[in-house]
Amino acid sequence: MAFQSILFLNADDIVNIDLLNEPVFFKDLNIDQIVDTITFGRNEYNLKPFFYKSPNDIETIKYRQEIMRDLENNELFKCIKSFSEKFQHMREDLKQANKLYYKYQKERWFLDAVDIYCDAVVSLANDLTHIDLNSTGFVEFREYILNYVKSDSFISLNIATKKLEEDLSSVKYSILIRGNSIKVGKYDSEVNYSHIVEETFKKFKEGEVKDYRKKFSDYDDMNHVEAKILDLVAQLYKEIFDALDDFCIKNTDYVDKTIGTFEREIQFYMSYLEFISKFKDMGLKFCYPKVDSASKEVFDYGCFDLALANKLISNKSTVVTNDFYLSGKERIFVVSGPNQGGKTTFARTFGQVHYFASIGCPIPGYKAQLFLYDNIFTHFEREENVNDLHGKLEDELIRIYDILSKATSNSIVILNEIFTSTTLKDAIFLSKRVMDRIIDLDLLCVWVTFIDELSVYSEKTVSVVNTVVPDNPSLRTYKVIRKPADGLSYAITIAEKYRLTYEHIKERVKG
Amino acid sequence: MKTLLLYKNRNFDMNQELPWNEQILVQDLGLNIVIDAMAQGDEFLYDVAYKVILTSLNDVDEITYRQNILKDCLKHPSIIRSIYDIAVETLENEKKNFWSIFSSYPSSILHSSIELMYMYIDMLIKLRKIAEENIDNFESEGFRSLFSMIQKELNDEYIETVKAHLKELKFENGVLISAELGKGNKGINYILRRPNEIKQSLLGKLFSKKATAFTSYIPDRDESDMKALSELKDRGINLAANALAQSADHINGFFKMLKTELAFYVGCINLYEELVKIGEHICFPVPLYADERKHSFVGLYDISLSLTMKKRVVSNDLNADRKDLFVITGANQGGKTTFLRSIGLAQLMMQSGMFVAAEKFSSNICIGLFTHFKREEDDEMNSGKLDEELSRMSDIVDNIKQNSMILFNESFAATNEREGSEISRQIISALLEVKVKIFFVTHLYELSRSLYDKKMDDAIFLRAERKPNGERSFKLVEGEPLKTSYGEDLYKKIFKK
Repeated sequence: MAFQSILFLNADDIVNIDLLNEPVFFKDLNIDQIVDTITFGRNEYNLKPFFYKSPNDIETIKYRQEIMRDLENNELFKCIKSFSEKFQHMREDLKQANKLYYKYQKERWFLDAVDIYCDAVVSLANDLTHIDLNSTGFVEFREYILNYVKSDSFISLNIATKKLEEDLSSVKYSILIRGNSIKVGKYDSEVNYSHIVEETFKKFKEGEVKDYRKKFSDYDDMNHVEAKILDLVAQLYKEIFDALDDFCIKNTDYVDKTIGTFEREIQFYMSYLEFISKFKDMGLKFCYPKVDSASKEVFDYGCFDLALANKLISNKSTVVTNDFYLSGKERIFVVSGPNQGGKTTFARTFGQVHYFASIGCPIPGYKAQLFLYDNIFTHFEREENVNDLHGKLEDELIRIYDILSKATSNSIVILNEIFTSTTLKDAIFLSKRVMDRIIDLDLLCVWVTFIDELSVYSEKTVSVVNTVVPDNPSLRTYKVIRKPADGLSYAITIAEKYRLTYEHIKERVKG
Repeated sequence: MKTLLLYKNRNFDMNQELPWNEQILVQDLGLNIVIDAMAQGDEFLYDVAYKVILTSLNDVDEITYRQNILKDCLKHPSIIRSIYDIAVETLENEKKNFWSIFSSYPSSILHSSIELMYMYIDMLIKLRKIAEENIDNFESEGFRSLFSMIQKELNDEYIETVKAHLKELKFENGVLISAELGKGNKGINYILRRPNEIKQSLLGKLFSKKATAFTSYIPDRDESDMKALSELKDRGINLAANALAQSADHINGFFKMLKTELAFYVGCINLYEELVKIGEHICFPVPLYADERKHSFVGLYDISLSLTMKKRVVSNDLNADRKDLFVITGANQGGKTTFLRSIGLAQLMMQSGMFVAAEKFSSNICIGLFTHFKREEDDEMNSGKLDEELSRMSDIVDNIKQNSMILFNESFAATNEREGSEISRQIISALLEVKVKIFFVTHLYELSRSLYDKKMDDAIFLRAERKPNGERSFKLVEGEPLKTSYGEDLYKKIFKK
């Protein structure tokens, strides 16, 4: 099969991709922040749609994982990077050519853009022949680009470009300005008079004095006088400028479509690898997960929340990793424990690693197997509104009903602190009903809750608790481990909410 | 081009750092009176004299170099003053007439620089004339090399070349600039060119007949185009304008340096003439290397006292070889402070290349001069005063080094005699260990006695002279410390009436 796309195997996936919206679960899982960081500085590529579209296809995931692995070879990464930098440069030149007014100026910017394009393509083709490639995607792309650079059309484009560039840079002329007349002729070896003047007055030199040289601003555009002179130069060197005119008319669509698309799509990989490199530099591990569409026995060892880690690293704080696994009939993590101890982080991490696995990316952790989901549903408690308790509970129920009616047995559901706005008795009742539905659907689920009863509700539930240092309960480890819920967390949560813990009271009474 | 009248091989730096204790020195030694006499009311002369005197030379050859120049100056005061006047006039001309060099446009920078250069050339020619007339009458290395440098560098041929360039730089036939095509075919590498000589061609033709050239005209009324055109011209002449403006600055710098360095000698001439009026002697001192020890003089007087009194004052003689410690004791108001001052002033003046206030004078160079004088005006309690004294001493210790010289005037007397003596002894013996030369005026009998009893080879004891009838001669004589400081004499004198 001839090379089509470095990102998609199914042509259907590409249709209308640029019209996609951000998936609903992005915000709750902080994936929106992660994707913002990943795509930062690459606005011109409009990469976000590639992150919005999960291919939902094991073959595509494998295709991408192979390509990603190839790109982890620094040599390949560097030559793709230099290739796309050239393309960026080329696009800037074209933009400039469009903005400018005078013909010969526009034409030269255009010529420069074509020149950069030819260089970029030739050197990439050359580089790829020297690099060991293992992925189907890259192997096929190499074949494509090698054929392209050997094609007659490309060869003649390249030769014409180089010839014109050479001719134009050999042009040298003299301008005589006298009164309001400008006379332009070919340069005739007239001597440099500035040098003579400098030499004559050299003997007075003594110590440092002021620099009187004016700094002239060099705008890209030309003024009328420069344009006039350029016209005169074009008359002096008529053949060269005629050739330039001709070149620009002939080559308006010079960029090969497939190569142009490749240059955009490859940014998906480049941006992600650049993003995770800073975590790798800190010693954090990434791995290519096995993605399975049948087994729900998922696990990931040494994983962490990418959005949180990104913040922690910029503050130079350490990142705590966690392990999780579900085996046999286990489907549901019930997370309990003190506040601000990493419960929500654990829930987000579970969602994030599944998501990034589904788009073919390496994920946080050193060993992982994950499930090929069809959709992720999340419900995170929103900002509390004291005046609207009833409304909130009602909203929550509507939202959860909506989730449960859309979810299939291949979906993932992540719930964070729901039903906090009602009595404990109500909350337990409602939670149990929801749990029944989740169990029935055989959903993969993470549920952060203060209701201990849920953790032992069924053989499908697994209780995990965020841990504290035994001697100092106020110190959190942010480690979440499998452990029965101990019932303390709720009281502590409430006490913390009202700032009535030992530490708090001491602090407050002092002030 | 350098003037080199203060140092043989470098310029004098008006902005150089002065010793940290400059103000203390000026105050303790009465130096401002000497500098006032040099300046005769001229601020610039004052500034230069102040800085030159306070940045002492530590090298015998450098001192001799200045002494020789100064000898020439004292012989030819009117010539020195007329050279100084040329420098002053040039600098004033520049200030009055050429402010437009502050423009940022190369064309106006060039224009102003050309005019300025014409003025400088005229003044340099004047200077050359004086040099030509006097080179044989001057003996010092400094003046001879300055004069011959001016003759050589500014010969007629060079002056003609300069004038030719100044004319050419007016570009009466237009500005010729070469260029190449840069990014987007915009002109780059604008370089000013001198048109090729065209043999047997029509006037004004700059491209030979065969070569093709195209001409275009900018409508005079189009302001923005005319502006663009002059910017293009500016790009061409940018470097030439810079070279010329910088040369003008350099020549200005030459005249500034000439003015500054001569200002010191003009000050010396002024001081000399003042002393001649009073009838005082001067001599050129003989400096010895810093590691030698000598203080020998005949007729050393306090120049600042003499200038204040406008008459001749008491002088002292001394012949002290290999002495590190000078302890001065004796009668109140017996001339001890005056003596200490004359020692300090002579040292500073010698190390700035000046003559000194004596008939004969020779001493070793000191690496840094320090004074620690009792501060009379301090009216605090004794303990506070001692604090203050010790804190000043500590500042000195931070800065003093081997072969420095320090003058103590009734220091550490702000406590009882035993303690003051002990403090002083410890300071003195420590400073002697590190080879500091010490003059110590003191009333502390216990101190001076104990120092005397040590019978040190390198110490000398001087005493304010008191004639048997109780009268003071204000002269110091060698002699062991005596128990009383003749307060009784004073008491009698005051209560006599």
